[in-house]
Amino acid sequence: MSRIGEAFTRLKQEGRRGFIPFITAGDPDLETTRGFVLELARSGASVLELGVPFSDPVADGPVIQRASERALRHGVGIADILAVVAEVRRETDLPIMLFSYFNPLMQFGVERLAAEAVRAGVDGVLATDLVPEESGEFTDVLAAHGLDQIFLVAPTTSDARLRMVAERARGFVYAVSRAGVTGARADLSVEAEKLVERVRRVSELPVAVGFGISSQAHMADVWRYADAAVVGSALVAEIEKHADAPDLVSRVGTFARSLLPGA
Amino acid sequence: MTDRQAAVEPDERGHWGPYGGRFVPETLMAPLEELNAAYEAARADKDFQTEFASLLRDYSGRPTPLFYAARLTELACGARIFLKREDLSHTGSHKINNALGQVLLARRMGKSRIIAETGAGQHGVATATVCALFGLRCVVYMGTEDVRRQRLNVFRMRLLGAEVREVDGGSRTLKDAINEALRDWVTNVADTYYLLGSALGPHPYPLMVRDFQSIIGREARSQFLEREGQLPDALVACVGGGSNSIGLFYPFLGDANVRMIGVEAGGSGAGLGEHAARFNQSGGGRPGVLQGTLSYVLQDERGQIAPTHSISAGLDYPSIGPEHAYLHDSGRVEYVSASDDEALQAFQTLSQHEGIIPALESAHAVAHALLLAREMKPEQAIIVNLSGRGDKDVHTVAEQLGGESL
Repeated sequence: MSRIGEAFTRLKQEGRRGFIPFITAGDPDLETTRGFVLELARSGASVLELGVPFSDPVADGPVIQRASERALRHGVGIADILAVVAEVRRETDLPIMLFSYFNPLMQFGVERLAAEAVRAGVDGVLATDLVPEESGEFTDVLAAHGLDQIFLVAPTTSDARLRMVAERARGFVYAVSRAGVTGARADLSVEAEKLVERVRRVSELPVAVGFGISSQAHMADVWRYADAAVVGSALVAEIEKHADAPDLVSRVGTFARSLLPGA
Repeated sequence: MTDRQAAVEPDERGHWGPYGGRFVPETLMAPLEELNAAYEAARADKDFQTEFASLLRDYSGRPTPLFYAARLTELACGARIFLKREDLSHTGSHKINNALGQVLLARRMGKSRIIAETGAGQHGVATATVCALFGLRCVVYMGTEDVRRQRLNVFRMRLLGAEVREVDGGSRTLKDAINEALRDWVTNVADTYYLLGSALGPHPYPLMVRDFQSIIGREARSQFLEREGQLPDALVACVGGGSNSIGLFYPFLGDANVRMIGVEAGGSGAGLGEHAARFNQSGGGRPGVLQGTLSYVLQDERGQIAPTHSISAGLDYPSIGPEHAYLHDSGRVEYVSASDDEALQAFQTLSQHEGIIPALESAHAVAHALLLAREMKPEQAIIVNLSGRGDKDVHTVAEQLGGESL
C-alpha cells in the first residue's frame, strides 16, 4: 500500500479525519517550500499537496494564480520540485502528491516524470485538467511505477462518470465542494456532502473535500462526512500576507494548526 | 467525392489523430457533454439548420461576394486573386457566422446568460450583436492590451448592451481572456453558455465552430465553380485560432488539386515571444495542452506557455485549433507566416489598389497571397479569405505609420 493509503488507513483505525494542506512549490522560493513541508508535517498534515506552478491556471482563483506567478518568476520547474521532495523525504514520511496542470507534466515526459517522482519520494499525482477519458497512458504509467493517481469529482459529475473515476482512482478521491475555481468562501456549499455520499456508493476509497475551505468551522463541517479536508487558498493567502516576515514558516504552521478542529 | 468523405472527421471525443480532446477541470465535463448532445441534435435537425440559414441570409447578408481583385492581380503579375468578402458580413467579419449558430444552440439549451472571450474584438462584437438580437445577457472578457488597441470594438460591444470585463492577468491578450471566460463558466455552469469564438478549446467547440464557419468555403467553392467552371488552384487564409481558415478550407479538403495555405502571425522576429507562429518549431512551437485541447503550443522547455506578439490582436495567441495541427502533420495544408511589417504593407496595398481596408488579421493572408501569386501562372487562381474589415485597426496602423503618413 502507498504512503497515502497507509495514512488514510491509520486515520481510520484511530477514528480520526485528515487534513490536506496545499502549497504552491517555489512560493515564495524553493528553500521556504522545504521549510513549509516539514512545518506542515509537524502541524497535523495527513497528506501534502505540492502545487506545480503553471502560466495558465484556469481552475484557480486569484490567490493561487498569484502564487503561481511568484513561483514562475524564479523559473521553478518539475526538476526543482522533485529535488525539494527528495530533500524533505530524508526527514519526513508525510505523503506528498503533486498537484499540477497537465502540460508541464507532459513536457517533462510522462515516463520520466513517473520514474523520477518515485525516486524523489513522491506518492501521488493529480492533474487538474486531465479527466479519466484523456488519461489512459498517464494512468498506466503512474500505476506501473506504483504512484497513486488522484482524480477530481465535482457536483456536476454524473453517476456514470463517478463510476469511471472510481475505477481508475488510487489513494483517495478529491471531491470539489462546488462549481467554481479555487478560493476561500465565507460559506461552504451544501452540495459537497451530497457529492461525498454519491462517491461512497461507488468507491471504497477515502474521500477528501476541497475548494473554499478556509476556517476551523469549515474543517469541522467537512469532517462530519468526509475523510479529509483540503485547505489551499487560505494557506497560500497566509503565505502571501507574511511573505516578508522572518518567521514566515512558523507563522504558516501556527495558521495550519489553528484550522484543526479541537485546536 | 463529397468533402465529408474526404475530410478526416474527429472521433466521438473530438480527436483528430493525437490532437483535440477535452482537457478541462472535471466540473466542465458535464456541461461539455450537455453541449455536445445539444449540438449533435441540432446538427441533425432540419428546423435548426433552416433557422440558421435564414439568419445568415436575412440578418448577416449572406452569401458574401467572391470578388475578382483585378488591380491586386495586376500588381502581383501572376495568378488571379479573388477575395472572399467576409468583411461585408454584418458586424464586419466572419465571426458572426459562428455567433449566430451558437446563440441558436444556447437558446435551444435554455441558457439565459452568454459569455465570450475576444481578442481583436470581432468575436466580442458578433456575440454582443446576437445577444441583442435575442435579448440575452452578455459578458465579454477581453485582455487590457487588446482593449487598448481595439477601442472602437470595446465601444461597439458596450453600445450593443454587453458588459466588457477587462482582464489584466498574464499577457493581457486573447489567451488570458479565454482563461477568465473558462473561470466564469466553471463557476456559473448552470445558467451560462460559453460562446467560444474560434475552432479551439475542448470538444465539441473545434468541430462545432468549424461546421458553422464552413459556410465560407461552401459558398466560395460554388461561386468559383459557377464563374470559372473549375476549382481554384490555391486558398489562402490567416490563422489565429483558426476559424476563418478552417471555414474556407474544410469544404475543399477533398479536392486534391487545391493547395491550401494558412498564414500565421510572424510578428516582429523569430524568437520566442516575438511572434505567434505555432508551427515554427525553432520558434518554440510543439504539441502541448492549453485551454482544453491538445495542439501545437508556443511554450518554453518547462511547458510554461510563452508570450506571443502580433500587430493583430486576433492572431496573437499561443495555440491553434486541433484540426489545423492534424492538417499540418498530414501535409494537406501548408502553414507559413507573414510579419507585422508585411501585414502593414498589405493593409495599405489592398486599401490603395482595391478600395478595401482589410482587418490586420486578414492583411496577413493578403501579404502571402501577393507573394504566392507571383510564383504562379496567370491562368491560375487564388482565393483569399478576407475575414474582416479594418476599421477597428485604423488606430493601430496610424500609430505604426506615424501621424504624417496618413
